[in-house]
Amino acid sequence: MAALVASERALRTVVFVDGVRTPFGKAGPKGIYAETRADDLVVKVIRELLRRHPELPPERIDEVAIAATTQIGDQGLTIGRTAALLAGLPKSVPGYAIDRMCAGAMTAVTTAASGIAFGAYDVAIAGGVEHMGRHPMGEGVDPNPRFLADRLVDPSALVMGQTAENLHDRFPAVTKQRADAFAAASQDRYDRAVKAGHIGPELVPVATRSAERGWGLASADEPPRPGTTVAGLAGLKTPFRPHGRVTAGNAAGLNDGATGCILADSSTVAELGLPTGMRLVGYAFAGVEPEVMGVGPVPATERALRRTGLTMDDIGLIEINEAFAVQVLAFLDHFGIADDDPRVNQWGGAIATGHPLASSGVRLMTQLARQFTTRQDVRYGITTMCIGIGMGGTVIWENPNYTGGGQ
Amino acid sequence: MTSSTGRATFTAEQAREAFPDEVVTTAVTRLVRVPGLSGEVALITLDNGHDHTRPSTFGPQGLLSLARAFDEAVAADPVAIAITGKPFVFAVGADLSGVGRLSSPDLARRIAETGHEVFRRFTEAAVPTFAFVNGAVMGGGLELALSCHYRTLASNAAAIALPEVFLGLFPGWGGTQLLPNLVGADGAVEVIIENALNQNKMLSPARAAELGIVDVVFDSADYLEQSLRWLADVVSENLTPVRRKIDRGEAWQAALARGRAFVAAKTHGASPGAAKALELLELARDHDLDAGYAAETDALAQLLLTDELRAGLYAFDLVQKRARRPVGAPDKALARPVGKVGIVGAGLMASQLALLFVRRLKVPVVLTDIDKDRVDKGVGYVHAEIDKLLGRGRLSPDAANRLKALVTGSLDKAVFADADLVIEAVFEELAVKRQVFAEVEQHVSAECVLATNTSSLSVSQMAAELAHPERVVGLHFFNPVAVLPLVEVIRGEWTDDASLATAFAVGKQLKKSCVLVSDAPAFVVNRLLTRFLGEVVSALDAGTPFEVADAALEPLGLPMSPLVLLQLVGPTVALHVAETMHEAFPDRFPVSPNLRRFVEAGKTAVYLWDEAGNQRVDPEVLALWEGGDQPQTAEQVRTRAEEALADEVRRMLDDGVVAEAQDVDLCLLLGAGWPFWLGGITPYLDRAGVSERVTGKRFLAPGVASVPV
Repeated sequence: MAALVASERALRTVVFVDGVRTPFGKAGPKGIYAETRADDLVVKVIRELLRRHPELPPERIDEVAIAATTQIGDQGLTIGRTAALLAGLPKSVPGYAIDRMCAGAMTAVTTAASGIAFGAYDVAIAGGVEHMGRHPMGEGVDPNPRFLADRLVDPSALVMGQTAENLHDRFPAVTKQRADAFAAASQDRYDRAVKAGHIGPELVPVATRSAERGWGLASADEPPRPGTTVAGLAGLKTPFRPHGRVTAGNAAGLNDGATGCILADSSTVAELGLPTGMRLVGYAFAGVEPEVMGVGPVPATERALRRTGLTMDDIGLIEINEAFAVQVLAFLDHFGIADDDPRVNQWGGAIATGHPLASSGVRLMTQLARQFTTRQDVRYGITTMCIGIGMGGTVIWENPNYTGGGQ
Repeated sequence: MTSSTGRATFTAEQAREAFPDEVVTTAVTRLVRVPGLSGEVALITLDNGHDHTRPSTFGPQGLLSLARAFDEAVAADPVAIAITGKPFVFAVGADLSGVGRLSSPDLARRIAETGHEVFRRFTEAAVPTFAFVNGAVMGGGLELALSCHYRTLASNAAAIALPEVFLGLFPGWGGTQLLPNLVGADGAVEVIIENALNQNKMLSPARAAELGIVDVVFDSADYLEQSLRWLADVVSENLTPVRRKIDRGEAWQAALARGRAFVAAKTHGASPGAAKALELLELARDHDLDAGYAAETDALAQLLLTDELRAGLYAFDLVQKRARRPVGAPDKALARPVGKVGIVGAGLMASQLALLFVRRLKVPVVLTDIDKDRVDKGVGYVHAEIDKLLGRGRLSPDAANRLKALVTGSLDKAVFADADLVIEAVFEELAVKRQVFAEVEQHVSAECVLATNTSSLSVSQMAAELAHPERVVGLHFFNPVAVLPLVEVIRGEWTDDASLATAFAVGKQLKKSCVLVSDAPAFVVNRLLTRFLGEVVSALDAGTPFEVADAALEPLGLPMSPLVLLQLVGPTVALHVAETMHEAFPDRFPVSPNLRRFVEAGKTAVYLWDEAGNQRVDPEVLALWEGGDQPQTAEQVRTRAEEALADEVRRMLDDGVVAEAQDVDLCLLLGAGWPFWLGGITPYLDRAGVSERVTGKRFLAPGVASVPV
């Protein structure tokens, strides 16, 4: 490649080639991954990506960016590098670990993609993992006492369920009834998507060991509760406040899982014959008050749309992470989208499938890319999520299968 | 006995009774959904509840557990049954610790039958059966895998073998019938006979696949996932594993002929296990499993109750356990760290020691000698050996650089000033060695351990004049140093615990097996070999033909005949040791004038070999040997040699040269390569009645290395 100087540099188009994930599990001693290491989950994902794309020579991978929120033990030790070695990638392939809480994998993608656009990489693997059974939220944290002493944040800011309750306070129009209805619909949409074969092909089965029960194979998500009804949800406890609104039923659970995707610039995609799942249009992250972190997707999306010159009317598909139903509904209300708009999480969301924190961003992207293949009428889609300590992130993607019309 | 109705040959109670201490490997069945299959797969996991350092084995209760797991699997009406192991281990075969107490022919037969009966369910299952060999797989573990219809193997499986013949047994749970019919007699002879008798060589995963023992090898990173995916492909008939065509004609006979020759060369017919294995491999050519398994059962029931096998198991236990935890060694905590090693002498032995020390300890090793040429030659030898290792890919360039930089030479013993251990390998003469130690002591710290590699001289006498005699120990290595695993660690009269502990710690770091020996002439191995060889030479001196005397010991199946051993040791060294021993015990250790003439004539071997490898006695040797007129029969030579061994071992034990007969056996197994079926030597002397005839009692109680009465 000819030497580049800054004045000549042109950005390159970044392609989301393909994404896979492990089935998601319930955290805890009875979950499918109770005796499975987090780094091993990442290894299975990386190997599956390579297996699905034999046209990608492993030595052409220029970076492995893996996110984890709690970077301790089997999620520590620079997991992007160690997982790459464990997966059998050539030692010449570097890797790193990255953290932006729930948007870890999303940030792995935007950061690696930026490196590709800049010309520093041709191909990267980006993904995330969270084994909340082995690493419960808040493990080993040591918040600076000034957060509270200087009233930088409300004491509830570090407890995600309480921030969700705070969000109900801020948007009284988002009632518990609406949240429960959205949650039940998410379970239903997920169930139908599984039965229709939409969800499943992106999963990499994981052998799971139990010292007591022997080896098993995780080949489907463990958290979903098909058949969930609004009436059934109504009676659940509200653990974050007496007579509150947030329940285990209208929030994502505590989960284990890993995701990963291949990113590449468009000329390398052409050179190697890789498929184009989506094209990256733009992205933005935005900060909000930590005690209402769930509102983060609103300013992040506004910012991403503004930067790309698009409006919500241009967006045909929305994959929004369902950390809490209230946070999705606040987003929909802001943009004037109906609770049951078919553009939104049409295959269900994290309330059904689970939300292993740092891994979820790439689940949204993989799902969006898979939806793009059947929607030639849709040109743009977004993936968006709220992030602990008061942030939101939004990535806008273009559908390579778009043929015009529709919209 | 039926194989599919779930009738096992043991009841649970009988199984417990048969082997109360069994570490039970439990088999658990779990139903698993595999993408691409409409039904479920029954996945059985073998797990004894310990980590990989205690691999899963099969005893009677474990076999019953496996039978139950299989029945549970069948009851669930799966599309396939697969079996795998706990992390890093599939299964490593029968639990041998139970065999030692086995004394009833009926029980032996039932153990054989139960293994067959349970494993055969996997062969005759109505649905496809798969072994996912995820790690170590030996003996009965491999036979279980062979009993399945299909096999996958993890690329990191560390131990793959059928080691039975090595122990004096044969693969008796189907191995002799299944393996040749899967891979052909050629591969079966390689695995069952040749590898087993080549110090129990393991198969690499690549070789196992090449031979056709497994259908496919998957990378360890997602081995089980890929195995299940492969299973789905096989079950849904997207994929049909290719099996090799078995040549049951000439190739089968040729392989067996090769096996027979190999067994004859290695055991001289002394190991019934190897002979049985060959018979059963022959049978497998044109018999079905009913006939083959019945023959295995008969042979196993018989073999399990032979003293040869018990001696083999005893020997295995010695080299596995006693060799790792030397009896009588002081507390490890007393050992001082060794950060630099000095070697006095730069001859071949010294150079071999330098190579061993630098490779294992990775600390500076400095050689000294009396002139620069010798020093340069010694250092040059070590450097050249390191380069050879580099060339063979056994060392990385960085590691080779590191090791070469660590080995230096000097003419001045002042370089030993900061050494923690100095070992001498100079000429075998007490005065020379005393002088060397006196010189070294002027330079080294008071704690520096001084070790001697003497093969027969007194360690105490070497230390006597030193300021710190408590730091002198014997570290007797065997030639070739890199190959023979034994080190006799000799405690002298003054040796203190710290020095002795340091010697043991160094031996362990060198990956040698150490045996504690008191400061008696020629210690253990050389003393016994000299006494034994002395009897053969006496027979020659009495006029026994060379061929008769040398072949007399063949029934024992020693690794080489006495006169070939003489050549390997070197007649000069052998004569020297004999003279030392003669000085100590003139009545039992004669010095043959013929042997002396032989050495003085500069002869190094009794035999000449032609290009075809035919051996004949060197006529010059015949000419110089002045034979008597009282030739002995082979029988007489053997009896005298055996009696001499029994007599000498008894004296050594009575004099406390080693703690127990087990140490004598361990020394002979590891230092002289004496075979498992002799158990070293004392189990043989006991079972042949020699011990009682010569010494009035056995060395080992009945049952220790023999079938209990």
